[in-house]
Amino acid sequence: MPELAHAADRRDAAWWVDRAVQILVLAGGLSAIVFIAGIFVFITREGAGFVFDRFDFREFFGSPRWTPTSSHNPTYGALALIAGTASVTGLAMVVSVPFSLGAAIYIGEFATGRVRETLKVLVELLAAIPSVVWGFIGLSIMNPLIIQVFDVPVGLNVLNSGVILGLMAAPIMTTIAEDALKAVPDTYREAAEAMGATRWQVTFKVVLPAARNGLVAATLLGVGRGFGETMAVLMASGHSINLPTSPFDSVRALTATIAAELGETAAGSDHYGALFVLGIFLFLVTFAINFAADVFVRGGQRKRRRRGRRPAASANP
Amino acid sequence: MSLPVQVGEAAGYAIEVEDLAIRYHGKPALSSVTLQVPSHEIFGIIGPANSGKTSFLRAINRMDLMTAGMEVSGSVRVEGRDVRSWRNPYALRQRIGVVFPLPVGLPLSIYDNVALSSRLRGTRKKADLDVIVERCLRRAALWDEVKDRLDSLGSLLSGGQQQRLTIARALSQDPSILLLDEFSIAVDPVTTMRIEEVLAELKSEMTIVLVTNLVQQARRLASRTAFFLTGELVEVTETEAMFEGGAQDPRTTAYVEGKFG
Repeated sequence: MPELAHAADRRDAAWWVDRAVQILVLAGGLSAIVFIAGIFVFITREGAGFVFDRFDFREFFGSPRWTPTSSHNPTYGALALIAGTASVTGLAMVVSVPFSLGAAIYIGEFATGRVRETLKVLVELLAAIPSVVWGFIGLSIMNPLIIQVFDVPVGLNVLNSGVILGLMAAPIMTTIAEDALKAVPDTYREAAEAMGATRWQVTFKVVLPAARNGLVAATLLGVGRGFGETMAVLMASGHSINLPTSPFDSVRALTATIAAELGETAAGSDHYGALFVLGIFLFLVTFAINFAADVFVRGGQRKRRRRGRRPAASANP
Repeated sequence: MSLPVQVGEAAGYAIEVEDLAIRYHGKPALSSVTLQVPSHEIFGIIGPANSGKTSFLRAINRMDLMTAGMEVSGSVRVEGRDVRSWRNPYALRQRIGVVFPLPVGLPLSIYDNVALSSRLRGTRKKADLDVIVERCLRRAALWDEVKDRLDSLGSLLSGGQQQRLTIARALSQDPSILLLDEFSIAVDPVTTMRIEEVLAELKSEMTIVLVTNLVQQARRLASRTAFFLTGELVEVTETEAMFEGGAQDPRTTAYVEGKFG
């Protein structure tokens, strides 16, 4: 019955809606890329003048002397700032990885019922605390505490900001790590338990290896968060340029430097351009970290998907 | 039921169930089941969906401990001892191998899948593990297909291979009881026949409880068969008699003849 088949072939409302939605979501996806590219172009353009006129690779990465406001000899060595950010982020990870992994394992594998739901809500609440509040805690609680306990003159240092940043990153890392654990099918747990494995053996031998990619991604996202954090670090680190040799040294972070100095520079000056170069550097590092996290997550998915690939949606109208 | 009521290993029963009832969140799934499974035999359990077959298996290896809302009453004795009197239920589960309806290749290598149970129990020597892995894979009729890629992921094998891997893993526990829950659901007929041959051989070493939705499979393998229907044990009969019209209950005859279910 060819006439009937012809009559059925017309573009009805559902077809047009489908088209329209496809175009809309495409626009949404593209806009994300446009914004990211726009940000990158902007900070690159603002920093470009400095890069071509004044930038000295060895000074920037090799010298700890950051004296952009000196009238006779301004120097732009970012080593101390990089070391400041790195030391604070490193300590933050030492604090947050055990906390967040432990919390995620407890919530995901051991807690049940109401305890589990309550903890999940609490952790998500913790993640919503603004960073300036964490900075405030660093300033008014951690600072006197460190002075008292360790008998040091200043409590605003790597230790203070590292702990603050670690506590700040832990809830987000916990949430992502718990999602990774939840993505491990229950059939794995049931199969292992039926073999006589204890809860801890199931977690350690089966669930954690299966969730490894997601857990690494959670950690890397935490690192990215620490690297980019500004306010809490500005308030708790002491904000003085130093190559740290102990956790009790005050340091200054890349982000805090930009936040504190950008408002007081003349647009287009060397100092202004140098701050944008710091921004480019931060952008590249966080980009690399997020990219690495993404690769890890995808690495996990590819293995799982190989078993039954879903056919790609047809693009033909 | 016409079985003599005897107690303990001396009577040759691997599993003795008395007045077993199972509820989930208060809702009954199985009630007043009393039956005995003799040692070294394949005991079939047939019945349509929702008849309580899987719940019955779960009560034997104390899965109720990890299933929220599952309550068990009555008694289940394994080798003469009530399963609820075990202070270490993990040790009980090690003696009971379980094969689930859908194959579960753990996301470990094939080797690690089979070596897992021995490792959990403290075997560390590579040479010992090698022997166990090869023996169990051979017995599950999988060795020849995977011997050259033991370190590839077990979860990437085909469905039929994964189910044999699951059986190899269960055998690696060196169990005295093997519980099979509709193992052939995701397995092709040829593989099913191979596994059935394996089971027939294993009978000399362990007691096998075979829950199946294929009545012909029960007929091929089981010496005696229980028929479960909507949470109730209808009867336990010699398998041959059950299929030759000798069932005690007309519902059983109707079911095995394919008139419902």
